[in-house]
Amino acid sequence: MGDYILLAVGAILVNNILLIQYLGNCPFLGTSKSMDNATGMAMAVVFVLAMAGIVTWIMEAVFLKPLGLEYIRTIVFIVVIAALVQFVEIFMKKSMPALYAGLGIFLPLITTNCAVMGVCLINIKEEYNFLEMLVSSLAYPAGFGLALILFAGLRERIIIGRVPGPLQDVSIALVTAGFMSLSFLGFKGMI
Amino acid sequence: MLEALLLMLALGSVSGVLLGIASKVFYVWEDPRIALVTDCLAGANCGGCGYTGCGACAAAIVAGQADVGACIVAGAGGAAKVAAVLGLEAGAAEPLTSQNTCTGGFRAPEKFSYMGVNDCRAAYLLYAGAKDCAVGCLGFGSCVKACLFGALEIGPEGFPVVDAEKCVGCGACEKACPKGIMQVTKPSDRILHMNLVDDRLAPCRQTCPAEINIPKYIHHIKNKEYDQAYLTIMERNPLPLSTGRVCPHPCEDACRRALADDPVSINQLKRFCSDWVFDNAAQVKIPVAPDTGYKVAIVGGGPSGLTAAYFLRRLGHQVKIFEWLPEFGGMIYYGIPEYRLPKAILGKDVKRILDLGGIDVKTGVKFGVDFDLESLVGGGFDAVLMTIGAMNHASARIPDEDKVKGVIPATTYLRRQGLGDPMPIGKKVGVIGGGNVAMDCLRSSIRLGAEKVYCLYRRTIKEMPANQVEIEACKHEGIEFVTLCTPTKFLTDDEGNLTGIEYLKNELGEPDASGRRSPVAVKGSETVIEIDNFILAIGQTTDSAFADEEGTAVSRLETKWGAIMNDPDTHQTAIPYVFTSGDCAGPPGLLVAAIGAGRRAARGIHKYLMGEDMAMPENRLRVDPRRMSGHIPGTMFKSIEGIEKKGRIEQPELEPGTYERQHTYAEVDLTVTEEEALKEANRCMHCCLTCYDKDA
Ligand code: SF4
Ligand code: SF4
Repeated sequence: MGDYILLAVGAILVNNILLIQYLGNCPFLGTSKSMDNATGMAMAVVFVLAMAGIVTWIMEAVFLKPLGLEYIRTIVFIVVIAALVQFVEIFMKKSMPALYAGLGIFLPLITTNCAVMGVCLINIKEEYNFLEMLVSSLAYPAGFGLALILFAGLRERIIIGRVPGPLQDVSIALVTAGFMSLSFLGFKGMI
Repeated sequence: MLEALLLMLALGSVSGVLLGIASKVFYVWEDPRIALVTDCLAGANCGGCGYTGCGACAAAIVAGQADVGACIVAGAGGAAKVAAVLGLEAGAAEPLTSQNTCTGGFRAPEKFSYMGVNDCRAAYLLYAGAKDCAVGCLGFGSCVKACLFGALEIGPEGFPVVDAEKCVGCGACEKACPKGIMQVTKPSDRILHMNLVDDRLAPCRQTCPAEINIPKYIHHIKNKEYDQAYLTIMERNPLPLSTGRVCPHPCEDACRRALADDPVSINQLKRFCSDWVFDNAAQVKIPVAPDTGYKVAIVGGGPSGLTAAYFLRRLGHQVKIFEWLPEFGGMIYYGIPEYRLPKAILGKDVKRILDLGGIDVKTGVKFGVDFDLESLVGGGFDAVLMTIGAMNHASARIPDEDKVKGVIPATTYLRRQGLGDPMPIGKKVGVIGGGNVAMDCLRSSIRLGAEKVYCLYRRTIKEMPANQVEIEACKHEGIEFVTLCTPTKFLTDDEGNLTGIEYLKNELGEPDASGRRSPVAVKGSETVIEIDNFILAIGQTTDSAFADEEGTAVSRLETKWGAIMNDPDTHQTAIPYVFTSGDCAGPPGLLVAAIGAGRRAARGIHKYLMGEDMAMPENRLRVDPRRMSGHIPGTMFKSIEGIEKKGRIEQPELEPGTYERQHTYAEVDLTVTEEEALKEANRCMHCCLTCYDKDA
């Protein structure tokens, strides 16, 4: 049990996918201008990653590893994730129209989110068993969501702040992201 | 290597097949036009339209919730393509524009001095900003920063100014403003908007029954933008030339400047800028919404009917007006004499309305005789507005009043004049009544050649409901007032011709419900005056006898003392598709009230046709201009200080006693000169709720 908690805390804070591993930066900057969009994106990522983690883990265990095909892992995962997101979209539109309307445009955007790919690859690299994979596939996107929502909160205030012209918008956002990253580095000592 | 290839192949085909199956199994029917419309949009998924992505926007457009130009990024070209897909006409789509609704700016007092970040939203976080006025502009220009098109700037007076040319109506400023001051609206939204308790309204603007934006048009006059001033009036009142001449201007009674010296001469300014537009043949463009496909019949081409026709047309409906008499204008054509409102002037107002296009007219047909509700419905009309006015006269309860030769109802008397065939009258004429109609009869009688004209009234001059200026004019023209009298008997010669009238003197008793002291006749005070004609001008009623006929659709209408009852907010009657407004819907009133009612009726009909909620907003402002009550709390001051006294301009008029004034129908009141108009416009303090220009 302790291991799993450690794994979760590690994935959320210490190895935060956004601020420590620097993955998924485009949605991080793109959807963090307003809190609404940020929460929508965070939810969509948690949802998709949980599914993608499971499917890619099974792909690895059933096909790639036994067949010795690890070298095409990346391309296989790309296809799997893309197909999966499409499938989820089609499925949700029919069965969960309310959720579909909420997640809206964020779902297809995730297809190109490297954080999703990254976590799937981490799961394999760290040789997690099924349960560990499940925890990591939920904890990493939770960390993604945490960072994204914190960042959106900051940006909503920065937008109304007195920012020197050349630094406005994305520039100040990157600087802020840098500072957030620095402060997250402080968690390194935790485990 | 082979395994890799095979695996990829398998993976590809499995995914493909699965997705293919999924899209069949989980198929959701979607309007094929949504996909077509999506292709016309910019595809940037920017959310600028307010929907989550282009797909959602396209769905909204197809569902009719968003208009074809919803996608800002795709611009006009995109809108045209979308319109082509939907088979609509794009060019006619209504332009959205941003408007600043606060004119306080620097002059508005502050509660404390704010020294934080120069941004409205930041300032708003601290006690809703430093401005004393709860709804006032903070002036840090968050809206200006939000505008991607450079259409806004903070003007010299400390509030944002919109450059209408550059504004594309994206609504960014509206979202950015924490105080809801920037409002992005279509012309139709503005037509449908009724004054609300939480709008930023000057006292005059709250009081005007037609809800005209008075400070705005006076401001335009001040800047010599007379055409803009005219257009501002036309947003609320399509008969400005006429109103500018005959309106008793209740707005002036509420004018804040009156607390310092005299009220601003608002109505003269209205008359001036409207005259200027016509005299200079200025081009004015009045926007009309795209066609809705609905047809509305308007029965009666009086002020209320014309107003409703104008606004319904501007909201995109097809309109047809049915008028019984040969000319449009109803009571203001047939009731108000030429010397007060020349027919040619009224004609210009009417022409401007009919020139909108899409308004059909038919004159010489009478409701209940030539056509009825059944034939209108059969003729494809989706709604009917009855504005048949009040053309019957009320009785004075003098025995034999409809038998004696020489007793004439005011409506007939004035209408015959309007038709160009005045009734022959004798040398001595008496008129009973104290309203504006009575004044019109008195002053016309002078012009028709009467030598002695008496005004009989049961109370005193002070209690007369007529406009003060009219009473003055009567005195100038030598009319004799016989007040505190109750006519009791007509005196006739052997052939039944009127020779005189006997009346009792009155005393004023206790105040009645309306607060006026009611007259009581004094016994034994009989007096006789010799007259040849007697005109009954004590009120009018609606001829709604057609509603009594059993078995017709129209019999379902409810009437009360002739008036056709309606819901005073929506103007809907007991028959859902029938609406009434103007004099026929209640006690006859002012021209400007009929105009206000015409717009409300247009709103009711529009909401009814479009299937929208017809109820008025809860927070609608309801001011009673007669009692001067119902204003937004805290906006009617007791006194104002520091205003330099500058008297108002005079009303120019034809010299009393001249031949022209006494014996012709030449217009008596004249339009002020440009110089005077500017002088008067500069007296306006451009008030808002609580602040105003102290050095106006
Ligand atoms: S309109 Fe609103 S956002 Fe613009 S300056 Fe005034 S308070 Fe600020
Ligand atoms: S932000 Fe949009 S709506 Fe506001 S002024 Fe600019 S263009 Fe107009």
